[in-house]
Amino acid sequence: MESGIIKEKNFFHYKKKFTSVVMMSLTMVATIAAIVPLVFIFYYTISKGITYLSPQFFVAMPKPVGEPGGGMANAIVGTLILIGLGGIIGIPVGIMTGTYLSEFGHNKFGYVVRFLTDVLSGVPSIVVGVVAYTMVVMPMKHFSAIAGGIALGILMIPTITRTTEEMIKLVPHALREAGLALGIPKWKTTLAIVLRSAWKGIATGVLLGLSRAAGETAPLLFTALGNRFWSTNIGQPMASLTVYIYDYAKSPFEDWNQQAWTAALVLILLISILSLLFRIITRSKYKTN
Amino acid sequence: MEIKISIKNLEAFYGKNRVLKSVSLDIPKNKVVAIIGPSGCGKSTFIRCLNRMHEVVGGSMTGSILLDGEDVTKVDPVLLRKRMGMVFQKPNPFPTMSIFNNVAAGLKLNGLRNNKKLQPIVEKCLKQAALWEEVKNNLDDAGMNLSGGQQQRLCIARALAVDPEVLLMDEPASALDPISTTKIEDLIFELKKNYTIVIVTHNMQQASRVSDYTAFFYVGDLIEYSETRKMFTSPDKQQTEDYIRGRFG
Repeated sequence: MESGIIKEKNFFHYKKKFTSVVMMSLTMVATIAAIVPLVFIFYYTISKGITYLSPQFFVAMPKPVGEPGGGMANAIVGTLILIGLGGIIGIPVGIMTGTYLSEFGHNKFGYVVRFLTDVLSGVPSIVVGVVAYTMVVMPMKHFSAIAGGIALGILMIPTITRTTEEMIKLVPHALREAGLALGIPKWKTTLAIVLRSAWKGIATGVLLGLSRAAGETAPLLFTALGNRFWSTNIGQPMASLTVYIYDYAKSPFEDWNQQAWTAALVLILLISILSLLFRIITRSKYKTN
Repeated sequence: MEIKISIKNLEAFYGKNRVLKSVSLDIPKNKVVAIIGPSGCGKSTFIRCLNRMHEVVGGSMTGSILLDGEDVTKVDPVLLRKRMGMVFQKPNPFPTMSIFNNVAAGLKLNGLRNNKKLQPIVEKCLKQAALWEEVKNNLDDAGMNLSGGQQQRLCIARALAVDPEVLLMDEPASALDPISTTKIEDLIFELKKNYTIVIVTHNMQQASRVSDYTAFFYVGDLIEYSETRKMFTSPDKQQTEDYIRGRFG
């Protein structure tokens, strides 16, 4: 630039430019570093899992070692039932707790609940499994899907609670005032206006909770246990994809190892489909957060 | 002249901070009362006391406010707010609702769900808010897709739908362009046939154009309250005159 506002380009000018370029590159490197593991996970799961992936995998039962073919119908249905059971517990408790915390929880009790929720989200899932084992499996004297569902439900609660609270906080105060000023009672304003506006964000939290639960293995090992046979009885042990992956991956048999990869791929597909469904359900032409 | 709202020794607080000092004034029925004064003088707090929105943000108040002779602090705020509609400074339509549902919100959320019964009410309110002609063909569109001025008229229609007696307007045109402002002012002129209106404004010309009575507030005190024509031609107090002539504030 010959004339104008910037008359000279001195040392400081170049220093600032240099710093800018360096920082930009660093953020780009960090971004790539974050994506690389994800790419590898997809690459390995797809390339190794695709061999056994067939319609049969979804409808057939597992076969004994050495027999070719077979599927994991029981585990797919089992995983769905288990996260469904978890959801029945975790979703209402999580959403209601989050709503309470953001709308009414500006007191000591709210502070304590918030703190405990954070602690709960840090509790290792296997510990939650042990708790479900003590509370449900021991009194029932046998493993059951219901015990697994309870463990998964507890694990979902902190994720859903905190996301709900954060999403509701994003709803402008002006909307609450608009509702109240219309003579709408506070509880109805909260439900029909505030929660409604934060709906998409809350659904994302629910999805995160469900996905996390779908990927859990440890708490299922001594609650739902696993099952070689077809069972939809929630009072009995139930198969799940993650436990199958665990069993098959550590087995010495080559074709079981292969099927473990396929089970992993199916699990990822399942979560993707779930996420897609949520997108479709919460799609709206009206703006929400 | 029939008094709609009678305010005696109203004091409002935020915590220990007193923002209104012993304000007393009568608001006549089917008239427009403008509240003017520099920023921070308690104008908004004053009208938010009337429909008890002041307590929603944690404020408190003393003194008495009588609506048709009935003490507002003794009635259920939910019922009170149905009788006193409010329009805010920034248009705040419900983002998840269509134009139709925005207007119907107050009725729907209070139990009237029958769209056939709501239809004529929504139409009437949108007509009253001078928005009907612009939106009658797309009532299902999102309220948020309207322009700022239209959104504000939508909010007015929404407030009218619950059939209030009083309309409280907190700087309803300050976020709008001059054309939208004119529309809102014309609207206020129409609305006062059926409603008692209290409007807070920063804009002196607006106060002189739309109101019958004007109250001038200064740091929590009601300095002067009289007929708008008198206020803007020969105010009693020097302070009022200085403010109106733009010498301070």
